Amino acid sequence: MTEIIIPPIDWRVAAQLSIIFGWASVLLVIALFVPRSRTRIIGYLAIVGVIVAAVAGIPLWGVNAETFSGMLRLDAYSLTLNWLFLASTAITIALSLDYLPRQGIERSEYYVLVLFATGGMMLLAQGADLIILFLGLELLSIVLYVLTGFAYPRIASEEAGMKYLLIGAFAGGFVVFGIALLYGATGSMNLRAIGETLARQALTPEERTYLLAGAALVVVGFGYKVAMAPFHMWAPDVYEGAPTPVTGLLSVGSKAAGFASLLRFLVEALAGEWQIWAPVLAALAIATLAVGNIGALTQQNVKRMLAYSSIGHAGYILFGVIAAGATDGVAGQRGVESVLLYLIAYTFTNLGAFGVLIALEQRGEAAWDMGDLAGLWNRRPWLAIAMAVCMLSLAGIPPTGGFWGKLYVFTAAWLAGMGWITVIGVIIAAVAAFYYLRIVAQMFMAEPAREAPLPMDRALRVGLTLATLGVLILGFIPTPAIDLVQRVVLGVRG
Amino acid sequence: MPSITEAVPLPWVLTLAGALFCVGLFGALSRRNTVGILLGIELMLNAVNINLVAFWRYLEPNVVAGQTFALFVITVAAAEAAVGLAMIIAIYRARQTVNADEVDSLRG
Repeated sequence: MTEIIIPPIDWRVAAQLSIIFGWASVLLVIALFVPRSRTRIIGYLAIVGVIVAAVAGIPLWGVNAETFSGMLRLDAYSLTLNWLFLASTAITIALSLDYLPRQGIERSEYYVLVLFATGGMMLLAQGADLIILFLGLELLSIVLYVLTGFAYPRIASEEAGMKYLLIGAFAGGFVVFGIALLYGATGSMNLRAIGETLARQALTPEERTYLLAGAALVVVGFGYKVAMAPFHMWAPDVYEGAPTPVTGLLSVGSKAAGFASLLRFLVEALAGEWQIWAPVLAALAIATLAVGNIGALTQQNVKRMLAYSSIGHAGYILFGVIAAGATDGVAGQRGVESVLLYLIAYTFTNLGAFGVLIALEQRGEAAWDMGDLAGLWNRRPWLAIAMAVCMLSLAGIPPTGGFWGKLYVFTAAWLAGMGWITVIGVIIAAVAAFYYLRIVAQMFMAEPAREAPLPMDRALRVGLTLATLGVLILGFIPTPAIDLVQRVVLGVRG
Repeated sequence: MPSITEAVPLPWVLTLAGALFCVGLFGALSRRNTVGILLGIELMLNAVNINLVAFWRYLEPNVVAGQTFALFVITVAAAEAAVGLAMIIAIYRARQTVNADEVDSLRG
């Protein structure tokens, strides 16, 4: 009988993850002793945990290490993304603190589940092994299915949860089948090891077939998760049916985490096959832009419009992902930077936009119609300003964060030699500005159609202010964020 | 007595797994009953397990990654089925149906 030797564990790598998972488990127990009328305390405690995890990341800056047999990695890339996920979690919880009791669905498990979802996102950003990518993806997805159906017994929420679960599980099947084929082709599940095998060009034709089929299946599976066309059809229904704070988390967290791991997978494992996957992804990016933006043009329901708009944004991020794999080092580096910058800007912007919808939503009443926003400037000027800033940022108009994101993404795509695709992207972005500006016009020019909404809760106000300020600061003073993402080096160059 | 890896070539096993995956895929796409769709997805995941264990046994019998991953897949499939069935029950209580076509309040 051989002795089992446990390799030493570098706890720095797993520090933030351990804090989040550990704190979530502790909160689950604490919640048993908190009376139902005080559930809000669990929400505050969850925010404390998130802040502790974010602060714990500060001394880890500059660490470039891996542990658990190379399965989990901590580098500037994953640390930046972890901070982004923690920020979006904190804002989501702040937005939920008031929303849940107003809708009569406040249960302490909500905050715990949000923490587990954050842990799943962090696993996706830190995973350097296909097993961890699968685990993170499923952890995030299963938690999000539950959160989507959280507004029981509201049937729309249950239906959205069901649809999301069936399509997500289906996509999960594709991802694992692809991973199995990749494993069969290269004999390894470690992303770097796969990349090195490819670089040696030691594959037989048969193994190469497995590899390409496997990679295609993994991309299809991730395509479902980040809602890129033609795998996007679940997104509008799920976004509409889910409780609004969950929709916010879904639209920023799961998209950012999905792209984070897709980028790492493509750049670290499959950089050698860039010539093959770049044109395919470019076609998908154009299709995604077209579907998302055309769908959004005709929507009267603002929540559905934001769903289509988030499909469209997946297209812009894909531009950056394609550039990140480019054989040209400068374009590749710019690609990674552009994806991160875009994700940061998009996260704050979308959370802000959903925050405004949350503020307008009253118990048992959906306020997602264009008409509900009419004359918001006269009723609640600050809400109108927050919404206008977010819409301008989504449209990519300076001086907002969204402008710098788009600028970087398009520059990266141009440097990577995707000239005409970049031009199409810019044209679509210009057309898309129409429906965002339509909302701004509605708020500032139209006559109010509804009574003033309830006075806003303090937590909601803080969350909304943070998100909007984030967008504005990124817009006016982009240098710190650009400095941050420029220190991130990924893949074969790292 | 030849060992199993000599008696059954790897492509046969992979064909079995591929066929099972396609049966599951067809089931998931063609069924209207949500329980049926979940069953189809389970079949897809089991095909993956056959693939993983086969690759481990034939190609890398000394590295346990394939075996370990199969265990992870089984666990995750169980968790997914639990959440899925809970949701089917929640919808059944409200709508008295488990048919995917009849649950269609979200559209536009």
